[in-house]
Amino acid sequence: MVKKFNQLAYSNLDDFVYGSCPNPVTTKSGMIIGGGQVFPEINFTLPGMDVNDTTIKKAYTIYSNIIEGVLKRASELYAPGVLVEFETVPDFTENPKYGIEVNRIILNAMKEANEKYGLKSAIRTTPNDLREFSRPPIMRSGKYLDTMLEVFEKCAKDGSDFISIESTGGKEIHDGALVKADIRTAIFALGILGCNDMEFLWKNLVDIAEANNCFPAGDSACGFANTAMVLAEKGFIPHVFAAVIRVAAVPRALVAFEQGCVGPSKDCAYEGPFLKAITGCPISMEGKTAAGAHLSPVGNIAAAVADTWSNESIQQVKLLSEMAPVVAMEQLIYDCRLMNAATNKGQQILFRDLLVDSDASLDVQAYVLRPDVVMRISAELVKTQDNFLRTKIAAKLTVQELKKAINEGIVKSDRRDMKWLDKMEKAIDTIPDDAGEFYEQMKSELDMTKFIPSEYGLK
Amino acid sequence: MATLKDVSQCVLDGELDEVKALVQQLVDDGVDPITIINDGLIAGMNIVAPLFKSGEMFVPEVMESADTMNEGMKLLKPLITDGDIPSKGKIIIGTVNGDLHDIGKNLLVMMVESRGYTVVDLGVDIKEEDFVAAVKKHKPDIVGMSSLLTTTMMKMQSTIKQLVKDGVRDQVKVIIGGAPITQEFADDIGADGYSEDASTAVELCDRMMIA
Repeated sequence: MVKKFNQLAYSNLDDFVYGSCPNPVTTKSGMIIGGGQVFPEINFTLPGMDVNDTTIKKAYTIYSNIIEGVLKRASELYAPGVLVEFETVPDFTENPKYGIEVNRIILNAMKEANEKYGLKSAIRTTPNDLREFSRPPIMRSGKYLDTMLEVFEKCAKDGSDFISIESTGGKEIHDGALVKADIRTAIFALGILGCNDMEFLWKNLVDIAEANNCFPAGDSACGFANTAMVLAEKGFIPHVFAAVIRVAAVPRALVAFEQGCVGPSKDCAYEGPFLKAITGCPISMEGKTAAGAHLSPVGNIAAAVADTWSNESIQQVKLLSEMAPVVAMEQLIYDCRLMNAATNKGQQILFRDLLVDSDASLDVQAYVLRPDVVMRISAELVKTQDNFLRTKIAAKLTVQELKKAINEGIVKSDRRDMKWLDKMEKAIDTIPDDAGEFYEQMKSELDMTKFIPSEYGLK
Repeated sequence: MATLKDVSQCVLDGELDEVKALVQQLVDDGVDPITIINDGLIAGMNIVAPLFKSGEMFVPEVMESADTMNEGMKLLKPLITDGDIPSKGKIIIGTVNGDLHDIGKNLLVMMVESRGYTVVDLGVDIKEEDFVAAVKKHKPDIVGMSSLLTTTMMKMQSTIKQLVKDGVRDQVKVIIGGAPITQEFADDIGADGYSEDASTAVELCDRMMIA
């Protein structure tokens, strides 16, 4: 049964805050995500090493050391609960036994930490999307899809609380659109290819979750909008383009919730605030405390309406104080403590607004995450149920919001931004409202060797 | 009357349609095609490169310039024999085995191609033996490898070992890049060079060619 979102989950901006949401989710250990307080969400990865049958035992030991270290520190700092994300690297999905075993190692460590320290924890299992290993990608069948689904199923069966993915449908076209700052092609990739694939993939993942007492949590446009953000940070593409891509990625992420996801959305899905505004589900976000994984211009504002607060990822290397994942755990816990203390003092809205105001005027990508901007754009997106049209509207509205904000001087801008916004607006205006008509138009502009239309339900 | 400077400016501005007319005019005026390439098209890209490095141009603008240069090249190539087309060197580039990230690699391809290098792009998920086979087949001056994951970066080392094992390591310079890569790592695995991103990779290739 596909859910429809035709109205916002919030009617009052003051209710749109971090730590709570209309539809909280309770984990197996009793953590209520979105039930009043923000929980830390820790993620980690291996140091530079090969993963194969010879080295896998070493990899298991490293994961074991990481999870024991972070849970011990969480307990020492009296964390009210910890969400652990296990995001597989390709080797761990391609060889399901590796990924499934690490998931079990983490689950066992969580159980032991509960027995030993009384620490509540939950796990989000995020297999990586293997399907792009075929070029052009085979999205709806084949060994890569089967292998990936096997990891999801076994991990869910073993006791994962949540499953997530950073799916890549349409990325083969979007990558080229990003480096050319080509908004028409980006909208095609996100609004048609991306949304179509999300429908197919998440229907499968929701079935797996429901059959295994697990929550389908959400997807991330990491390979789309976060790639844009990183390229913008490097000065490779305009920040305004990355900001528009961020919001244009919202309808794609929303498809997962239409299919049955309940949150918390993926940490690196900065489209989270829009998802929360529309679905009322809890979201995970990352910002300043994810700087060990990637830089961003949204370090504080990303936390404004977060329900879990993540570090994105950090490899197991020694820092002066401790191993890096333990350091990340500590930083996340202190961030969450501060937010939760403000809530307990009745200062939640003030604290949210401080998080917002400290970033929003300094970068256009931060500006589009302002809760009022999020609510305004989201209110327009729910007026249609057509995912492609939503994508086009999201891009157009973001261009308009940014033009207005730049003209009014309320957000810092590059001297070239207005030129790029004009260029994008013109290009968006050439896009018809009908997905089929747009696809026909795009056929002559696309490199049709890069994707297989039938893998996206297209002819 | 069209000048070589006009062609350079056209490349800088990414004026795809105009460049064809300008190049044709120069050809009709009897200007040597090699001169048009070197002092017009590539000279334009030589202005673009520092502007990109200093942040004054974005990648999409650089790509428009590169496309403009290529449009001019299309007109000139039939007029010269292959051997006369100036090339600063040949590079084979690929993302290593098990890694699918290719935006950085693709930017590098675009940057070095537009600066006069001949590039063979092997694609993503390239096995060690495929790098070796490509070296034997294309006889490049430089092998470029990219990796974005901590679990695939070691494939750069195994590729270098494979190049050694197959006796072709001495024939090429090996350069590497990608998010987890550092100069120290490059030194450790025996690579000849490391570049932080595509904007500095051309200079690295230039250094490799004279080393």
